[in-house]
Amino acid sequence: MSSTAVPVHQEAEFQGTTRRDFLTLLALAGAGVGVAAVAWPFIDSLEPAADTLAAGEPLDVDVSKIAPGQQIVVMWRGKPIFLVHRTPQAIKTLQSPKLLSILSDPNSHVAQQPTYAQNWHRSILPEFAVMVGICTHLGCVPGFFPNPSPTDPAPNWPGGYLCPCHGSKYDLAGRVYLGVPAPYNLPVPPYRVMSPTMLRIGENPEGSDFDLNSVVQI
Amino acid sequence: MAGLHKSEIQNPVLNWIDTRLPLITLMQKEYGSFPTPKNFNYFWNFGALATINLMVMIATGVFLAMNYDPSATGAFDSIQRIMRDVNYGWLLRYIHMNGATMFFAIIYIHIFRGMYYGSYKAPRELLWITGVFLFLLLMATAFLGYVLPWGQMSYWGATVITNLFSAVPLVGNWIVTLLWGGFSVADPTLNRFFALHYLLPFVITGVVFLHVVALHITGSNNPLGIDVKSEQDTVPFHPYYTAKDSVGMCVYFLIFACFVFFAPNYFGEPDNFIQANPLQTPAAIVPEWYFLPYYAILRAVPDKLMGVALMFSSILVWFILPWLDTSPVRSARFRPIYRAMMVVLVADMFLLGAVGAHHPMGIWILLGRVGTAWYFLHFCALPFIGYLEKPLPLPESISNPVLRDYQGPGGSGGGPLPAGAAAKPMEKP
Repeated sequence: MSSTAVPVHQEAEFQGTTRRDFLTLLALAGAGVGVAAVAWPFIDSLEPAADTLAAGEPLDVDVSKIAPGQQIVVMWRGKPIFLVHRTPQAIKTLQSPKLLSILSDPNSHVAQQPTYAQNWHRSILPEFAVMVGICTHLGCVPGFFPNPSPTDPAPNWPGGYLCPCHGSKYDLAGRVYLGVPAPYNLPVPPYRVMSPTMLRIGENPEGSDFDLNSVVQI
Repeated sequence: MAGLHKSEIQNPVLNWIDTRLPLITLMQKEYGSFPTPKNFNYFWNFGALATINLMVMIATGVFLAMNYDPSATGAFDSIQRIMRDVNYGWLLRYIHMNGATMFFAIIYIHIFRGMYYGSYKAPRELLWITGVFLFLLLMATAFLGYVLPWGQMSYWGATVITNLFSAVPLVGNWIVTLLWGGFSVADPTLNRFFALHYLLPFVITGVVFLHVVALHITGSNNPLGIDVKSEQDTVPFHPYYTAKDSVGMCVYFLIFACFVFFAPNYFGEPDNFIQANPLQTPAAIVPEWYFLPYYAILRAVPDKLMGVALMFSSILVWFILPWLDTSPVRSARFRPIYRAMMVVLVADMFLLGAVGAHHPMGIWILLGRVGTAWYFLHFCALPFIGYLEKPLPLPESISNPVLRDYQGPGGSGGGPLPAGAAAKPMEKP
């Protein structure tokens, strides 16, 4: 539609914006706001419901019944949480240069744990390890092989975890080996020590606001 | 004949798509420039409103299903969880609940429109028949959905309705067992009802497509019930009827919102706040308002099989309506006897609704029988009315405004047309 072809008396109608343009835009904008306002309840209903959030509250675990060298697994927010009572021998192994030389991230530089567990034993108490038992490769649950062995489950095994899916290896502090598919150490969830025998999974010690969702890889 | 579509779209990307899959051209043809009779009144809003209501029900239903547990032990609690714990779950559920009421209100008006203006007559018989199928599917879906909350009314409604089929000779009990999947309405019943309640809306969507395709082949009927004679009798669907439908849509959403936010349980039954109990029937079993007339017909006959047969035939008779009505005139505007009969039929439906809501005692038994008799008499009389009735003169065309002067006894018909009134076809501005 070239303006030269339009008769003079009609040209005024086509120039600039008209009342109809304004009303059309107004109607479309109103409809757009309406659709967005209606869409929000639908999207928000997909968020975890109140009861689901309540079920994700912190969980108290009595660790006095875990014998040295044993592990229990508790469920917190749908995830397996490993609680290991490490033997003095296992604690000593965590610091051995031979082990450290085959680990990918021995000093826990990658943010896979709260700062209060960013130490050589990756825990608050050296004898108790608390970890999310999900392989950082593709989400399988690693198997627990605490005892050193020359052959089982792998040659020169110092004690730790072996993932059944793709053979990723971790030590008893959840630190991942070099040369395995998993890229990061096992995550450490927020937890605090309530008493010498009671750990509370899901709650930070005073002064920390660590969120498990902030780790690089669960 | 295969071949690329010659698209007239200017935008090169849209043109590329439209050449291979001419959806844009289709939409422009069927909803843009589609020639539509220019004399629609607001009764012609209700097809569009029903489509919107269907979309609202599917959207809220899909999100409700994400939090619903179709088991006899978990269903009732999962509804309470939706109401209390799920974010905006109360809103989604109240929209879905009251959406059923809105749906039936819209559909009843839509059906009344079809009957009053003779929209079922040739060549729109199949359009009408697909519509009757849609109504039956809607009733089935509504019933299945009402069972899902697993309250007392859900449970006993399901028991009563499924037992209707036991009246069928020979295979009745077998059908009931197939519906139940057990010895009574129980967990397996709820599971299959949920599966079917989720399935049927998509079947409805498919039949809606057939309904719309049939509509766009024959073109819409109109309040005068006469055929479109020329282009000047029509306006393009957009913007004229998109605008008119939008007005109706705003009113519809306002009424809908009033129920959802201010009276969400107005149509609910208190008994459905009690979990299903197979050992205790509530004192009064009442179906939802939209089933009340058929419930009254069911109870009008003191015979199990006859009652069920009458109830089903009260709707099945609509399938042959295009052939029952022998009058060549469509719109009731020009059919004095039929027009009066339609008014009485609507009053009769309200009467039957009232009967359905009351215990079958005293005067209500008589009223139920009179109402039922009249309902079927209406349809039985139609073939004869077509011959007895003397229709009023029809206007020459939709554009011809002489009609009003014609009406009344001795009316001998209006002056000449105002110059230019019917001369120029309406165009898109």
